[in-house]
Amino acid sequence: MSQTSATALIAEDEPLLAQALQAELARAWPVLQIVATVGDGASAVAQALALQPDVLFFDIRMPGLSGLEAAAELADRWDTAARPFPALVFVTAYDQYAVQAFEAQAVDYVLKPVQADRLAKTVSKLQLALARPAQAAINMEANLEKAMAQLRALMAAPASAMVAPLTVIQASVGNAIRMVPIDEVLYFEAADKYVRVVTASHEYLIRTPLKELLAQLDATTFWQIHRGTLVRAAAIDAVHRDDAGKLHLTLRGRTEKLPVSRLYAHLFKAM
Amino acid sequence: MTVRTFNGPSLLAHLLPAVVLNSVIALGITAFGEHAFSSNWVYSQCIGLSIGTLIMLGIRWRIPDWETQWRRIVFIVPLAAAAGFLLGTALADVLLGNHSMAYWRTQPRKAWGFLILSLVSGTVLTYFAASRAQLAKERERAQTAQRHAAESRLRLLESQLEPHMLFNTLANLRALIAVDPVRAQTMLDHLIAYLRATLSASQAGTHTLDQEFARLRDYLELMAVRMGPRLQYTLDLPDALRQVQVPPLLLQPLVENSIQHGLEPQVPGGSITVRAASDAGVLTLEVSDTGKGLDSRATPLEGKGFGLRQIRERLATLYGTESAIKLVAGSAGGTRASITIPLKT
Repeated sequence: MSQTSATALIAEDEPLLAQALQAELARAWPVLQIVATVGDGASAVAQALALQPDVLFFDIRMPGLSGLEAAAELADRWDTAARPFPALVFVTAYDQYAVQAFEAQAVDYVLKPVQADRLAKTVSKLQLALARPAQAAINMEANLEKAMAQLRALMAAPASAMVAPLTVIQASVGNAIRMVPIDEVLYFEAADKYVRVVTASHEYLIRTPLKELLAQLDATTFWQIHRGTLVRAAAIDAVHRDDAGKLHLTLRGRTEKLPVSRLYAHLFKAM
Repeated sequence: MTVRTFNGPSLLAHLLPAVVLNSVIALGITAFGEHAFSSNWVYSQCIGLSIGTLIMLGIRWRIPDWETQWRRIVFIVPLAAAAGFLLGTALADVLLGNHSMAYWRTQPRKAWGFLILSLVSGTVLTYFAASRAQLAKERERAQTAQRHAAESRLRLLESQLEPHMLFNTLANLRALIAVDPVRAQTMLDHLIAYLRATLSASQAGTHTLDQEFARLRDYLELMAVRMGPRLQYTLDLPDALRQVQVPPLLLQPLVENSIQHGLEPQVPGGSITVRAASDAGVLTLEVSDTGKGLDSRATPLEGKGFGLRQIRERLATLYGTESAIKLVAGSAGGTRASITIPLKT
C-alpha cells in the first residue's frame, strides 16, 4: 500500500459504466482518489495533462480519440521531467483481438462488466508499480519508453489484414479526377475530414481516412511519424531536436517542418 | 467456392466397371463365337481398356471445360473407339501371337461387328462415367449452397448479436441493478424482447409495423441507457399504418448504422428519428440522424456494409424492382436513409 493517496482518471463514454467502475474502485482501493471522469478521448488527454493523475483507466471505444489514440497522444505531450507517466489500464467490453494484444504486450486491462476479484488483482499490481518509481526516479524515462513501445505494438496490431497496395491516388480537383502516382507523394497529412496529399509541387485533398491509406501503403516506404502524418522515408532530409526536446523533420524539396511524435521518435537514431 | 470441374472419367476410378464390362462382352462373344473365353477375354480387355484410355485422354485434351464443351464428346468417342479398337487388337495380337488383322480381309462383317461393339461399349462407359461425375458435382453444388445459406444466417445473427453490444449492455445492466433496480428491470425486459426478436427474425415472414417499431424501441431504449444524454430518439408511426406488414427487423440495421457510424463517433452524440409514411400506395420508411454524416464513411452508397447489403437483398427478393433504398446526406448534417416498398394492407 502506498502511503500517500494515489489519484486516478476514468475515461469512459457510457455514464453508468463510469459510475460502476468508480464504485468498484472505491471498494477495491479506498484511498484512490478519482480526480476526474470524462466521456471522450480528447477530454481524457486534456484532463490527464491538467490533473497529472497516477493511474489512467481508458475505455477502448470512445468518441473522438479511441482509448489507444488518447494514450498515444498523452504519451507524446507528457512532460517526463515533472512527473512519471501514469500507469495505464485499458477497459473493454469485448474485443478478442484487443485482449490478445494486451496479453501479448503485458498491458493492464479490465473487462466490462468489471468483476471485483479481477479488479483487485489489477489494483494490487498498480499499487506495486506506483511504489517502485518513487524509489528510483531514473525509471521515469524508461517507464514512458516502455509504455510507448506497448502502445506502438497495440496500434499496429489490427492492421494485419493485407490489402492490395495503392499505386495511384485519385484526387478530385474541381470537376476532374487527378491521378497522382504514389511515387510522387512526399507525405500524407490528416486535416479534419480530409487527408492532404503533398507532392514536390502540388497538394491534393482526399477523403480516404489516413487509417485506410496506412493499410494500403508499404510501411517501409511510408513511415508514420505522427498520429496524422505519413512520410516517404526516402524523402526525409534531416531530423532536428528543438530546445523543448521535440523532434521535427524536413523533407527534400519542401520547406515546411513536420513534427515527429514521441511515439515514433525511435525511428530516428544515429547509426 | 471450389466447384470441381468434370475432367472426364479418370481411368483408375473407372477401371473396375470397365474390366467388368469387358468381361461381359468377352462372355457374350464366347457364347456366339468359336474362340476360347480366355482368348476373347484378353482381346476384350485390351480393346476396352485402350478405348477407355483414349477417351479419357481425348477429354483431358479437348474438353478442359465440361460445362460448355461437352458436345465435343460426339467426336471424341467414335474416334477413340476406332483407334482403341485397332490399338487393342494389335496389343492382344502381340500378347497371344495371333494375326487377327487378317479378319478385315477374310471376315469383314465380323471385323465391323467388333468395331461397332467397341463403339457401343465406349459410349456406354463414357455415359456411365459422365453421369456419375455429374451427380457428384450436383451433390457438391447443393452442399455449397447449403453452406452459404448457413454462413449468411450466421453472419446476420452475428451482426445483430454483436458481442461488444451485448457485453456493454450487460455491464450497464449490472451497474444499474445496484443503483436503480426498477430501471434495471425495464432494461432487462427490453433486452429480452430484443434478443427474442433477433433470434426469430432470421426466419422468413412478416410482422406489423407496430411490432417493427416496438423492436426498434427496445433497441433504442437499451442504447439510451448506455449512451445517456448522448442519444435522443423519436419514433413516428401514424395509426393508419400500424397494421401494415413488413419483413421483421428490416429497419434494425439502419438504426444500428446511425448509432455506430453517426452518433457514437461524435462527442456530443445526437438524435435519431424513425418515420413511416404512405403516399399513393407506396410506403416510405425513413431513418435519419444528426450524426457525423456521410463524409467520413467510405463509399456508403455502394452499400459496402453488411447491414445495407442485407436490406437490399431482402427487398429485392420480396418486392423486386418495386422497392428502393436510398442513403443521402441529411439537410442539417447527419444521414438520412429511406426505404420505399409497395403498400400492402
